[in-house]
Amino acid sequence: MAELDVIQKKILEEVADLHDVPEGAYNIRANGASAARNTTANIDIVSKTDKPGIDIIIKPGTKKESVHIPVVLSESGLKDMVYNDFYIGDDADVIIVAGCGISNCGDQDSQHDGIHTFHVGKNAKVRYVEKHYGEGTGKGARILNPVTEVYQEEGSYVYMEMVQIKGVDSTNRTNIAELADGARLEIHEALLTHGSQEAISDYKVALNGKKSSADVISRSVAKEESVQSFSVSIEGNNECSGHASCDAIIMDQAKVIAIPRLDANNVDAALIHEAAIGKIAGDQLMKLMSLGLTEEEAEEQIVAGFLR
Amino acid sequence: MLEIKNLSYKVDDENESDGIKDIIDGLDLTVEDGKFVVITGPNGGGKSSLAKLIMGINPATDGQIILDGEDITKKSITERAKMGVSFAFQAPVHFKGIKVIDLLRIAAGEKISLDLACEYLSRVGLCAKDYVEREVNGSLSGGELKRIEIATVLARGTKLSIFDEPEAGIDLWSFQNLIKVFENMRKTVNGTIIVISHQERILNIADEIVVIENGKVKMQGSREDVLPQLLGTSNASQIACEKLGGDL
Ligand SMILES: Nc1ncnc2c1ncn2[C@@H]1O[C@H](COP(=O)(O)OP(=O)(O)OP(=O)(O)O)[C@@H](O)[C@H]1O
Ligand SMILES: [Mg+2]
Repeated sequence: MAELDVIQKKILEEVADLHDVPEGAYNIRANGASAARNTTANIDIVSKTDKPGIDIIIKPGTKKESVHIPVVLSESGLKDMVYNDFYIGDDADVIIVAGCGISNCGDQDSQHDGIHTFHVGKNAKVRYVEKHYGEGTGKGARILNPVTEVYQEEGSYVYMEMVQIKGVDSTNRTNIAELADGARLEIHEALLTHGSQEAISDYKVALNGKKSSADVISRSVAKEESVQSFSVSIEGNNECSGHASCDAIIMDQAKVIAIPRLDANNVDAALIHEAAIGKIAGDQLMKLMSLGLTEEEAEEQIVAGFLR
Repeated sequence: MLEIKNLSYKVDDENESDGIKDIIDGLDLTVEDGKFVVITGPNGGGKSSLAKLIMGINPATDGQIILDGEDITKKSITERAKMGVSFAFQAPVHFKGIKVIDLLRIAAGEKISLDLACEYLSRVGLCAKDYVEREVNGSLSGGELKRIEIATVLARGTKLSIFDEPEAGIDLWSFQNLIKVFENMRKTVNGTIIVISHQERILNIADEIVVIENGKVKMQGSREDVLPQLLGTSNASQIACEKLGGDL
């Protein structure tokens, strides 16, 4: 990775737990251009010709392989937009790690908009991990607007873990999913905002297939003057089950908005939504303080556990 | 030594004629070092409120709490915890995402080994390896949460440990072990143990028994003096019947 400098390497570590070149297939994008790439016998990565981005093609039956596609922005004022399309063959079982980190020490805004589309074949299994991280001392904002579109064929399973804990000033996340017969989707979102950060998450899941199911779970903490908005809409168009839960801790002067929507279009659609927003329970603080922690330490422990 | 002098805890209550409820009402109590003291008394008498006053969870309205000669009445929960006060809650608190091992490590004040954490758990009768990684939330049974609560106080090993109805929800087999746990604690820490309990078997191992009613100490003395008086009265059943509106 000759092209990556120290800052870029550090960000890479934050978003993808990568210390060096990952094993398996990868594509590292740094400051708007591809910095390193590796393909395997089963996983091909091809640059798009009509727009920025790549196609990731995973052969049917590929087992226990991983793809890393981290993005690093360390140049202030850069506005990066990328289209990544994943074609996951039938019966494949893979891990996809997509992180994005921005280090903005300048005074101009840095922005990365990634549009990830997943075509998940029959009975394929995908575990998708996406981490966002921002740092830098400049006045320029760090902006991330990820879009994921997931199209799941019969019997496929997709687990998505999206984490944004630090340093991103503004995020507008859009997630769309469509599920065929017997497909299952699990989404776990962990979000922490502070300062004047703003985070919007918008999930739309269409359960089109018989016995399809989805779980959308968001855990978030909003500190200081930050604002979060979480909307989730689950459409039950067949015999299916859908569950959405938004659990938020609100602190200081923060604001949290939860907007649930369930559309049951079939008598056998079972849809549930839970939303709970509240400050840290007083008895939790007192219990930890009675074990010797200060109030601030107790808060930290509660927040860290909650977002785990 | 723990000295409580003229302690009061009042809360606003619109049901009271003067708008104020005296939950603890000018209470005096002295507990000597190394003693095993059991506090008992009718439901709603003020036992848990007193324990929370000692831990600093309830703010005292009036009076003093003195630990080893130092007035701790105005000290925070954290300060008291650091001075050596521990408290196992009557109703254990649930946490989302905090694991049993995390709680034990916080309690011990250091990153204790899994082996040591397991040791604390097995002392309260939990098969440790099944529990260390569990979250301290409603997925644990009432008795399990209660035992973990006790284990956190064991892990602290402070000079003053207060247990609020530790036996509640704990099955018979464990009950014997629980008593062993208290006896062990006395020996190893040589600290003072205050247990709030309604159980005769716990009263039976007390050095001293304190009866609290209407926010005051109604009786205090050695087990030999107090226990016969407590068991001699048909108080509990009488009160129960009165509450149900029936006759004996
Ligand atoms: N914050 C409060 N506001 C109003 N009333 C309270 C408050 N805290 C406690 N009380 C009341 O004070 C009384 C004493 O409560 P406490 O929990 O100390 O009783 P206890 O002796 O521990 O009873 P038990 O044996 O049932 O556990 C009860 O009548 C209770 O309802
Ligand atoms: Mg009580």
